[in-house]
Amino acid sequence: MFDFLIAQTLNGLVYSMLLFLLALGLSLTFGMLRVINLAHGAFYLMGAYFGLTAWTITHSFAAAIAAAIVGAAFVGMALERSWLQRFYTRNELDQVILTFGFALVFADIMKMLWGKDIHSIPVPSLVSGGVQIVGTYFPTYRLILIGVGIVLFVATWLAIERTRTGALIRASVADRTMVSGLGFNIRLLFTYVFGFGTAIAGLAGVLGAPITGIYPGLDFEVLITTLIVVVVGGLGNISGAFWAALLIGLAETYGKALYPAAASFIIFGLMAAVLLIRAWGRDEEDVE
Amino acid sequence: MNVAEIIAQRRLAPSVPLRLLSALGAVIAALAVAPLLGMPQFVQALIIEILIFSLLALSLNVLLGYTGLVSFGHAAFFAISGYAVGIVGMHVGSDILLTFPLAVLAAALCAVPIGWLSIRLSGFYFLMITFAFAQIVFVASFRWKPVTGGSDGLLVPGATLLGAPILGSREAFYYFVLAVFAICAAVLYAVVISRFGRTLVGIRESTPRMRALGYNVRRYKLAAFVIGAAFGGVAGVLNSLFNLFIAPESAHWTQSALVLVMVLIGGAGYFVGPIIGAAIVLLLQHWLSSYTEYWGLVLGILFIVLITGAREGVAGLVMQGWARMRGKVP
Amino acid sequence: MAAVRASRISKSYGAFVALKDVDLLVAPGERRAIIGPNGAGKTTLFSIIAGQKQPTSGTISINGSETTGARPDQLWARGLSRTFQRNQLFQNLTVWENVELACSAHYRGFSTSVSRDALEEEIGGILERVNLLGSHDVRVANMAYGGQRQLELALALAGRPKILLLDEPTAGMSPAETQAMLKMMIALPRDMTILIVEHDMDVVFSLADRVMVLNLGEVLADGTVQEIQNDKNVSEIYMGKAL
Repeated sequence: MFDFLIAQTLNGLVYSMLLFLLALGLSLTFGMLRVINLAHGAFYLMGAYFGLTAWTITHSFAAAIAAAIVGAAFVGMALERSWLQRFYTRNELDQVILTFGFALVFADIMKMLWGKDIHSIPVPSLVSGGVQIVGTYFPTYRLILIGVGIVLFVATWLAIERTRTGALIRASVADRTMVSGLGFNIRLLFTYVFGFGTAIAGLAGVLGAPITGIYPGLDFEVLITTLIVVVVGGLGNISGAFWAALLIGLAETYGKALYPAAASFIIFGLMAAVLLIRAWGRDEEDVE
Repeated sequence: MNVAEIIAQRRLAPSVPLRLLSALGAVIAALAVAPLLGMPQFVQALIIEILIFSLLALSLNVLLGYTGLVSFGHAAFFAISGYAVGIVGMHVGSDILLTFPLAVLAAALCAVPIGWLSIRLSGFYFLMITFAFAQIVFVASFRWKPVTGGSDGLLVPGATLLGAPILGSREAFYYFVLAVFAICAAVLYAVVISRFGRTLVGIRESTPRMRALGYNVRRYKLAAFVIGAAFGGVAGVLNSLFNLFIAPESAHWTQSALVLVMVLIGGAGYFVGPIIGAAIVLLLQHWLSSYTEYWGLVLGILFIVLITGAREGVAGLVMQGWARMRGKVP
Repeated sequence: MAAVRASRISKSYGAFVALKDVDLLVAPGERRAIIGPNGAGKTTLFSIIAGQKQPTSGTISINGSETTGARPDQLWARGLSRTFQRNQLFQNLTVWENVELACSAHYRGFSTSVSRDALEEEIGGILERVNLLGSHDVRVANMAYGGQRQLELALALAGRPKILLLDEPTAGMSPAETQAMLKMMIALPRDMTILIVEHDMDVVFSLADRVMVLNLGEVLADGTVQEIQNDKNVSEIYMGKAL
């Protein structure tokens, strides 16, 4: 029983880290650009597919990671430059519809290019072993993933809180017009931030590939759970995204393991509960 | 100009929406006559499907277009009533005078707590919570095997009236759906042009203003939510009785997304918009599915083109074209 | 009995104190202005009286009955109407339709019916008062800013208020528009209590009977227009010149 719990906890942590990587991009994009990008899940899958192709050619996991990051960043920034930019002043619903449209388009394009079969990328041989943790065998690769998630959290948090660029980003979140008035090239910053978000989504995709597999439909699956994480953690809140990812990731993993029938209820119910508690606490309606 | 002159002038002004409505009336009349002139069976089936989804889209638009509440969980009520017809039909009786009202009531009653909770949020959060509730309905219909049949779905007994089976023939069902649709559309229209409907529009335009003007906004939003759910429930009943079957997919978010697409493509700002949208989407779906499996690509492109260039949907384009033809600037 | 009484109103957001122990008394029929530099807490106080925000402590009473925590629509029923600093109008509707919605609020429910004539007369009357009769057919989104501000006032007046709350009514207006608005406000019935937050000192001194000055969340001065004009503290913190 105990080692079962340990195994589930570790699996939950891995899942949480992947969710965090996704939530980070989505949250950052919303916090800064005030855009809800429903195509975010597509970038996860895109990264996995780019990585798959790179790996098939070079048999190098490092190349796969590079391809995923560069590919996802490139497509993301292209999307932002070409289309999204015009939508910054439009209302939420318009952005949701636009990005959802792109999500559908990307999904089918990926289906066209890579087919409908389930693929995977094998774990790099360097870390293909395992470790004994309190009596359970746990793959090294997954431990590394947990580490990557934590490192990225700390690194991003530090970057946002302690660097000049981070200050710029925080300022833009608070008052976009003011910052652009100060002479900074806000548009470029936005493009880079968006690209960063999609890049880590792609990174999550390729890193998660050995565990989740790569198949059509995965994009929307991860999108839904990521949206839940972002809503629970608070849109635009990086550390919120981290803790929410932990909560949701662990809840879903334990749920699936212990009460499979109720697992989906748990996370949707959790999100609904968080939303409602927050709404109740807000007794003022602020009109600008 | 003084007040009296202006009042007089206003009373003389023609009503633009009346034109779109007469068009709708003409279409319904044409549909009523068509089978008598030899409409092929498969076209009848298609029309039935379009009418059912038009009603579902119209019901969503009460929330979306008129009140400004973008729900991503409307399929929940479509499914709840759909299942209710089957469950009541199987365990209590398949008399349509029993199943129809009970099923619609089921949808409306579920809408009360769901709506009461959901309207406390707005914008993206409202979207997410309606989505969450709909997913809960989906998972429930998937998992609650003894009641809903689980992933296998539920067979719905055919409708009977006082013991005798009715609506057995395609044509009978066709006229039934046409009649129900016409009545529901008329009722919905009366609702949206009434003072109540104008209040909903006010809430959409500026909720703080409405509050400051003395309106209990929450009550109106809840009313809109329940009305939308009730009529969505009617569509669900028609759907179940048509297919004689219902499955969890009817509550899935893709179903909610499809209805949303229909409303947006047709034009949320016009009463008949959702009807146009439902027709376009279903026709496209049927036509394209025989050519390509990349229906998602087409839908996605439609979304993008629509939101970028034709914000008001097809109805909007038609109205703009009309205005331009008559020499007026839109 | 005071028309509006705010007792020891305090409002904090975490560590930030927006208002501290503010007392305000407005007599019936009085024209009261609240002034102060930016960040003084005027808008916060205004929002609390208008029912949009809840105070952290303290009470609000309208005509003797306590209304702390009441919603804006509940306050409207007690005869309180307000304008918004940033226009909250029905952009896609015409001027007429905007006022129609406002007037219809009196006739809700199935029991209260109103003849079309009576409603139209009422709407026309209000538009005439704010000089918007000519633009009755214009879509609000297509209106100039000044006209929109006039419509804001019209919507508030449609509530047949006993107490009118005006949130920077002349903000962003040209001198000509400001004069027109001022004339309109002065012409309001004398039995209507008016509470106005304003930055434009000319407007304040032309319209108000008494003025309260807020600074950094606390009451700096409270008195007649004369007294405030002669108050050294006020002129010091507010503007670097003599009033």
